[in-house]
This record gives sequence, structure tokens and C-alpha cells, in this order.
Amino acid sequence: MDYAIEMKGITKTFPGVVANDKVTFNVAEGEIHALLGENGAGKSTLMSILFGAYNADSGSIRIHGKDVEIKDPNVATELGIGMVHQHFKLVHNYTVTENIVLGMEPKNRFGILNIGSAEKEVARLSEKYRLEVDPKALIENITVGAQQRVEILKTLYRNANIIIFDEPTAVLTPQEIDELMEILIRLKEEGKTIVLITHKLKEIIAVADRCTVLRRGKGIGTVNVADVTEQDLAEMMVGRTVDFNIDKAPPQVGDVVLSVQNLFVKDEVGHLQVKDFSIEVHSGEIVGIAGVDGNGQRELLYGLSGLSPVESGSIYLDGVDITNMTIRQRIELGLGHIPEDRQKHGLVSEFTIAENSILKNYYKEPYSNKYGLLNQKSMEEDATSLIEQFDIRAGRGAFTEAGSLSGGNQQKAIVAREINLSPHVLLIAQPTRGLDVGAIEYIRHRIIAERDKGRAILLISFELDEIMNLCDQIATISKGSIVGMFKQGEIDEREIGMMMAGSQTEGGTT
Amino acid sequence: MSTMLNKDSLPNRLLRSDAVVSIFVVVLGFLFGTILVAVVGKNPLNMYKAIFQSLSGYNIDNGKMNVRYVGETLSYSVPFILTGLAMAFAARAGLFNIGGEGQYIMGMTVAQVIALLGPQIPTLHWILAIAGAVLIGALWGGIVGVLKAKYEVSEVVSTIMLNYVALYLSRIICLRLPGATTYKTANYPETALINNPFFQKITNGSMLNNGLFMMIIAVVVYWFIMEKTNLGFGLRATGFNKEAARCSGIPVVRSIAISMAIAGAFAGLAGGVVALGSFKYGRVLAGMDNYGFNGIAVALVGNNTAGGTMLAGLLFGMLKNAQSLMQGKQIPKEITFIIQGLIVVFIALRSGVAIYLAWLNKRQLQKEVLTK
Repeated sequence: MDYAIEMKGITKTFPGVVANDKVTFNVAEGEIHALLGENGAGKSTLMSILFGAYNADSGSIRIHGKDVEIKDPNVATELGIGMVHQHFKLVHNYTVTENIVLGMEPKNRFGILNIGSAEKEVARLSEKYRLEVDPKALIENITVGAQQRVEILKTLYRNANIIIFDEPTAVLTPQEIDELMEILIRLKEEGKTIVLITHKLKEIIAVADRCTVLRRGKGIGTVNVADVTEQDLAEMMVGRTVDFNIDKAPPQVGDVVLSVQNLFVKDEVGHLQVKDFSIEVHSGEIVGIAGVDGNGQRELLYGLSGLSPVESGSIYLDGVDITNMTIRQRIELGLGHIPEDRQKHGLVSEFTIAENSILKNYYKEPYSNKYGLLNQKSMEEDATSLIEQFDIRAGRGAFTEAGSLSGGNQQKAIVAREINLSPHVLLIAQPTRGLDVGAIEYIRHRIIAERDKGRAILLISFELDEIMNLCDQIATISKGSIVGMFKQGEIDEREIGMMMAGSQTEGGTT
Repeated sequence: MSTMLNKDSLPNRLLRSDAVVSIFVVVLGFLFGTILVAVVGKNPLNMYKAIFQSLSGYNIDNGKMNVRYVGETLSYSVPFILTGLAMAFAARAGLFNIGGEGQYIMGMTVAQVIALLGPQIPTLHWILAIAGAVLIGALWGGIVGVLKAKYEVSEVVSTIMLNYVALYLSRIICLRLPGATTYKTANYPETALINNPFFQKITNGSMLNNGLFMMIIAVVVYWFIMEKTNLGFGLRATGFNKEAARCSGIPVVRSIAISMAIAGAFAGLAGGVVALGSFKYGRVLAGMDNYGFNGIAVALVGNNTAGGTMLAGLLFGMLKNAQSLMQGKQIPKEITFIIQGLIVVFIALRSGVAIYLAWLNKRQLQKEVLTK
């Protein structure tokens, strides 16, 4: 087999961490090769080394059979390696063409930019690879999917024959994901070699020829995708058997607990992001809000939790109007909140787990007495029991600083605190983002357990899988309003995707 | 995360201890000071003799003991520690209180007013004056806190401006006090003084006064509020992560206002102690005393903790007291300012040291990995 990429014995350490430990990674010419691993497994580090963003501590790299030293991304570009980053690197008020040629603009002999010839070249490439874009459109006016196509064209314009895709589907709707998969196959047919960095097993099964799995910085092995199942890949990735099925009894739906009526909320810069939003959440059910990021989900949560004032409309919790209450009043009435941004809203990372566990009720018995004195002992005892109950892995128990925990354990600490407060309503946003498979399983089971205890749960997630699996009711949100409301099983991913996509034709921010 | 190595190198562990870094930085400051003295052709040993004498009262050159120096060092330390607490308290709640100077001046002014015009009842008189100083300090800081909390006025800007308001307001008020000239007022009545005859006796007539007790009480109060009360818990949470605190229902607006008021109270107390303890008459200020500004450095060196700030304040007090002794030994007294300045710079360089140690750590790790 001829190899496009041969990386041998690559080791890269960061302070306190071995990100890549003697990893060997071989990609054949003209194949789609998936690089699979959990967050922090070392995928991005390995690819950054290939792209010249990092230098390996040891190991060798061969490209198309030649020994190379990739000191910086310019060398990688010269070698025909291109990268489509997860977070696009585009200038928003430039046109598609300007973005594509940026850094290697075609100039005439007087050094004057010849944008016309560049546009022709972009149109030619776009035609050849069937990557539909309007060369003259401004980036800020095209969809996220189109922006990604611009990124791909950027690599093609630089004559890349090896293209690395870093988690390319994270920002796309299901339809756009399908389109991307077709593009990948087309690029392969045109003779390009593709590396697909991902943790989504479905995509690998759909398009990849072979797959290399990394776990904790080590190469676990390379397999032919045709010979394995999703389950096999998952086990290679995690190192143990994984239960993908979420066992869920039918919901025991009770009374309306959270009722939102005609809510309008503005964002920080004063744009109306939630428009005439109404929803009811009953006890014992999980209502999911499906939608593409940036369609008012964040502002909706801010409005409900009290982080932002609402413009108009009302919010009732157990029949009590909480629309204009302070955050603390809402918490006392039984509003729980697992925020989207753990670091910013969820935890005080300098505080210990014990201190974080009482962040919302530290001023109450038994943590404070009536004179306002803290009761260290009861705080530590309760935190220790939470750590045990929620299986939080913490080196120094209740005294562990929250900031030193892994993402999964931070999330468990937040979930533990919120559940421990026995809220009537639980607002949950992106509960499993950035977590490893084990933590995802755990958190999802906990959410269902809360539902079965009769809590009313409102779940916001950009992972359609999560919404489809967890929620009893699914609402789709677009431009701040509900565009559809379904029971679980009434609708499939494709249909939801169509509704979500309707929201995407303008703006298209990443 | 990828393979975490559990081994933790000693420098890493030490670096994480704020106290160790502060001590290291102070030693470094003195080291540079020593070199500087040597470079200008003086004997660095004389500097240490002066410092030793200000600390212990023992004069190495002639073998004489004078406890007065110890008393003076303590006496000088009191306002440093109190203004240090003023800075530190606000810092713990995430605020930068540059207004210690203004709060100090207001405390001093009110103490002088009450000392000269208040009821001349023994004990009650000075207690009233000190209480007035604390209250006006709290008010002066509280204004900033309310502005910040309600209207998002930067506390840095408002405290700096209020420093000048305080200075000139103080002049206007003090010039109207009995017996006021352009630089001083009439002497206080005896009942307003906070001198302590016992201290004076055992320290051979130093200026050490009851302010020492007030400082100790302040340090204890600081520690108690911060570590033991739920008020302190909310303040610390706000200081570390205001957004998470808000999201958890902690009333951050109130926290900010309260923390600035308490911070101001400490600085106001410093003003009261200096007014009634170090002078027998009211002063009409022409410029700032700089205790408030020095408090910023004290809090930095003391890592904003109660104990650390006290130790750092003692260090600054000792250096101040050593100044005259140094001059007696032909060492320029400015060297103490240089040492203080260097200490602050080195504290600021801390992150640089952290990067260097991380780099060393990484090198070692690479070696281990390669030899595995």
C-alpha cells in the first residue's frame, strides 16, 4: 500500500500531560481515514503536529513516502496538506473569493490584486468539486454549511491533496451533514486523501475506509471500517463495553409545573432573540428544545433562570408568577439550572467541591446558623456523601478544587448540587457537551431518574441524538420561536432537521 | 485528559503555595537591595544591621539595646496593615480598591474633628472619634460600592477621584477647626488620645498606642468575616467568579457594595489611629500620606489573607522604621522604597516564574518519556 501520511512514534508532551505517546498513524493514498477518540484522547494534537502547529518531541513523519520536517503550517501547505478547522477561520465582511485567496492573492506585475481571475478560479474549483458557493457573496451572508465549503475550497485553492477535517459536523444540521458526507466521497473520487477527525461513530461507518483509534494519547489500533460495527468502534474508543440504549419507561405526566407564556427576551446587545415563546412543562416529563445554536436558546434560558430580564410575557412556576423575581427567589421556589457554560455559570473553580455544593443554599440551615456563621462540618459531610452518590472522581475528596476536576466530573458536581436541591423544575442546557462517553451515559441516566421522580425538565441541546433519545416532548425552535411540537417517536431526525434548517438561511454565524 | 502524571515536582507544589511565593519574593527583593547597596559602594551589612535593630532594638555596633525601636516598628506597621486589609478585603470580592488613601484621609479628618470638638469624657471621647473614622471610611468606600454595583461605574476610576475629593475636603474641614493654621490645628484634649502609658513605658517611650489592639481586632474581624460567615462566603464566590455567583442566586450587587464599605472601614480606622495615635494635634494635609497606596502593596505581598497582610504590614513598618537608622549608617533610606518596589514587581512577575517552572517540568517529563 502506498501511504500519503506515515507518522511514526509520535510523542508530544505538555506540562503534566502526555498528549501523544508513541502514536503511529498511517493513511493510504486516496482513502478516507477516520481518526477516532474521546475528548482529550490526543486527536487534535496529532493533527496539529501533522499540520505544523506543534512540533513533536520525537517521532518521524513521511508524506507521500518522503521524510519531512513540518516546522510550521506553511511547510504543511507546501506539502499539499490542508486543514478544515472546527472553528472556521474566515473574515466575515470579506467575500468568499477574498477569503479563499487570502494570503496568496493573485496579483498582476504591478502588484495590484486581480480579484477577477481569482473569482474565475474559485468558480472553476467550485464546479469541479461541486462545492456550491457564490464567489462574490459575503461570508456573513451565507450559511454555516456554505462557510465550511469555503474552508474546503481554501485548501483546494492551495493545491492540497491531503485534507484534514477537524470535527466538521459539530456545527451542521443533519441535512448539511449528509451533504458534507457526499462532498467527502467526491473529494476521495477526485484522488484526494481525507483525514476525518471525529468522535461520531455514525459518520465513520458512513464514509470512512479505515479508522485509527486513539485513547489517552496512545494508538489503540487501525481497523477496516467495513469489518466493524459502531459498537466495536465505541469499545475501542472507550476501552470497555458501552450501553447506547437509554432505558426509559413511559413518562408519568402530572400537572403543569413550568408555564411560559408569550415570552420575549433580548440579548446583551439589545436584539430580540426570544420571540413570543410559549411552552408548558409537566411534572414527570422531559421537554426538549431542538434547534441550531444561536436561535434564542441561550436567551430563553437566561430569561427563565433570571440571568437576563425579560421584555414581556410571563413565567409561572407551580402557578406562581416568577417573571420578575430575583434569581435567588426562583431557586427558593424550586427552579434548578444546569447551565450550558460550566466554567462561567456552573462552578467557582477556585472553590472546593464542598463549597461549590452549597453555592445556592449556603445561607440556609444546616450550612449557616441564624447568626450567619458557616457550618464547615455539615458542608463537608454532605459534599462527601454527594461525591459518593454521584461518583465524582476527585483526588482530595470534598476539598478538591473544582477547577482541577475533569470536565465530566465538574458536570457531575453541578448535577449533584442541582439534584440535591430537589428542584421542581430543572433547566438543563447542553448537559453532555465535551464529556467522554462514560460521563455522558451517567448524566443521561441521572436526568431520566430525575424525570421519574416527578421533576419537570426542560432540556436544551444542540445534539439531536440527545434530544431524540431523552425527551418525551420535542419542540423545535427557530429564530426564537417554537416552530413545531412533537411527542417522542412522532418525528424522526430528518424531519426535525428540516425544521431546524429553516432557521439558518440568514446570519449563519459559526 | 490524556495520561496525567501524578508525580508532582517540588517546585510545582511550592509555587502553588502563595505563602512560599511571597516569602521567596521578599527574599529576592532584599537580595537585589543588597546588591544595589554594594554597587553604590556602601556596606550592605550596615543595611541589615539597621533592619535588625528596627526589628529587635539591639544595636550590633555598640551592643546597646533600645526597645523603643521595636515599639516604633509595631506602631508604623499598624496603618500599613489596616490599609492593607482595606485593599485585600475588596480584592477578595473581585474589586480593586485604589481608594484606601481617600478612605484613610476621611477617617483621619473625622477623627480630628471629633477629637477637637467632641465631648471630653475619658475613654468615650476617643472611642467616638475612632468610631466616626470607621463609619466615614465605610461610607466613603460604600459610595464606590453602590456606584459600582448599581451603575457599573468602575471602582478604579471612582476611587482615584474620591481620593482627591477626600484630600481637599479634608483641608476645607480642618482649616475651620479650632486653632487651625495652614498645616496644623490646636492640640487635642487628653481624652481624645489613644496613647498607652504602659506601652510607652515598656518600649522606652515609643509612639506605640492602643491602635495596636484595634489592628489586631481588625485582623481577626477580617479573618472571621471572610472565612467563617456566610457573608464572606458570598463575597469570595463573587470575587472568584461573579457570573457563577450571580447564577447561583448570590446577591452580587449587595456583595459588592458591602465589601467596599467594609474595606473602607478598615482604611478609615487606619486614618483614625494615625490621627489620634501618632500626633497630638490635627493635621491640615497638603498632600497624601500614601498609607492607602502602600496598602495595595501590603495586600499584594500578603496574598489578601488576614495573616499574610499582617506579616506584610509588619515588614513594611519595619522598613519604614529602619530608614532613619540606615541614614545614620550612610545608607540612603530610599533603598527601602526600592526594596518595596522590587517586591511588588516580583509579585507581579509571579506568572513569569510559573511559566519558567512549567517549562522545566516539561523538559523533565520529556526526558522521562524518552527513557521509558
